[in-house]
Amino acid sequence: MNIYLPIAEVSVNALVLIGLGGGVGFLSGIFGVGGGFLMTPLLIFIGIPPAVAVATEANQIVASSFSGVLSHLRRKTVDIRMGLVLLSGGLAGSAIGVQIFALLRSLGQVDLVVALCYVIFLGAIGSLMFVESLSALRKAQRGGGRITRRRHTWVQGLPFRMRFRASNLYISAIPPFGVGLLVGILAAIMGVGGGFIMVPAMIYLLGMAVTVVVGTSLFQIMFVTGATTLMHAIINQTVDGVLAVILLVGGVVGTQIGVRVAPRLKAEQLRILLAVLVLMVCAKLGYDLVSEPDEFFVLVQGSGGH
Amino acid sequence: MRQLSVILLFLFAFSPALSDDVESVVAKLSQTSVSLTTGFAGSKLSVYGAIKGVGDEDHNLQAIVTVTGPSAPLEVRKKVRTAGIWINGRGVRVESAPSFYAVATTGPIRDIITHTDELRFRIGLDHVIQLVDAPNWVNDREEYRRAVARVRADEGLYSVRNDTVDLIDGALLLTEIDLPANLVEGDYEARIFLLRDMRVIDVFSDTIEVRRAGIGRIIYWGAREYPALYGVLSIVVALIAGWLASAFFRTFFPN
Repeated sequence: MNIYLPIAEVSVNALVLIGLGGGVGFLSGIFGVGGGFLMTPLLIFIGIPPAVAVATEANQIVASSFSGVLSHLRRKTVDIRMGLVLLSGGLAGSAIGVQIFALLRSLGQVDLVVALCYVIFLGAIGSLMFVESLSALRKAQRGGGRITRRRHTWVQGLPFRMRFRASNLYISAIPPFGVGLLVGILAAIMGVGGGFIMVPAMIYLLGMAVTVVVGTSLFQIMFVTGATTLMHAIINQTVDGVLAVILLVGGVVGTQIGVRVAPRLKAEQLRILLAVLVLMVCAKLGYDLVSEPDEFFVLVQGSGGH
Repeated sequence: MRQLSVILLFLFAFSPALSDDVESVVAKLSQTSVSLTTGFAGSKLSVYGAIKGVGDEDHNLQAIVTVTGPSAPLEVRKKVRTAGIWINGRGVRVESAPSFYAVATTGPIRDIITHTDELRFRIGLDHVIQLVDAPNWVNDREEYRRAVARVRADEGLYSVRNDTVDLIDGALLLTEIDLPANLVEGDYEARIFLLRDMRVIDVFSDTIEVRRAGIGRIIYWGAREYPALYGVLSIVVALIAGWLASAFFRTFFPN
């Protein structure tokens, strides 16, 4: 069942899109990651122009994260205060990111920078996650008690301290703002929510209580991707409504299933699986960058300047 | 200067040489408008032509059918290896290249038309992709032009298919042209060139209007004309979808 996408100007199989949306949404529900880091490259692999993939994926993440946030709000596992600090950074970052994206587009280097960002971030996060969960798994098998992680780092020494009750923290607002800013920039350039960076950062860098990490991350992602969608729509006009709706249908349903299934799954094993998945996408993108291309030439429509 | 040469070319094209011969061609296209709906998965264009005024024993006619999509400037970049990775090099501007170009003929182009007429009527990929002012650093301009032809051919947008035009008894002309799913909007020109002794003796042309239709058209128009509203609506749709899914699952699969 092929469908012609009006903004992307390509024809793709709708069932493949729904399947992708569902699968990625499922992961998103389990791990509290937007899933964009998988979806955007997958969309590019099936032939959607990168500029459209990035902008439209941001729109899809709005839906899946909103759906997730509603569930988390009901369980009171969102630290709204922390979410707002992350968000203020995120919005600033998103504004910067969309401008960078527009600049890259006019330079004809979007594909390269998007791919490079993916390789770097997916590689780093994937490896970290893999090593972490592997050692956690080993500890669990040995029957050792779970280690509590409350390290005192440079983060504790900064000014503008705020109390985040739900996260059980009293820290400076600068690190969460910084995390939000970085994630906002990435959201705009990579078409991701940034959960895959934010979640580890919240746990390991900020030391937040693990129970509120996922909900708070989704809370921030929802607003940042919303802002990103709006800015891409205005500046780059690359949000494909038809593509977004098809992805949404699969995505929101997948997320809901994921949220429900998550508590019954063995988190550490799943985390390894996610890490492997992340590393695979990273490897594929990295391989494409270094291997000799079949076609040495690329055509860019319009040739900028208008 | 270029405009002048185009005008001269046209004068040339419709010079008396055309009307000297008696044969002429008229044709009917199976469709003169194509709607790019969300369900559009490509289409076939059939061309039915009749050749009038055929002499008794004169069956030495040949024909070329071309369909040309709207032209636009392009930027072509060649990937170069830098620090181990392949990145896009500097851009070369191609003044004009059709978004779609299909050629169907009764025989190998080289054997049925003179180079002069090929040029004069701009038939073939070499003549429809205009790359006039390549920057100084470009060593091989043709390389870039060929790249456009190759990439677009790979996307199914350019095709040159010899021997796909049937000319029955030198009187009836039939051919089919594939219109792929990745067509862009615009006016497409279908032209039929009737040839004898490698010279064009008549030209017939008709226009195919390719337009977005249905939801796709509304979405495209909205995204262009009201980008802010479009962006807000996209978000609202996303929020509603997210809420619906959440409400649906809460009602039917409470945990």
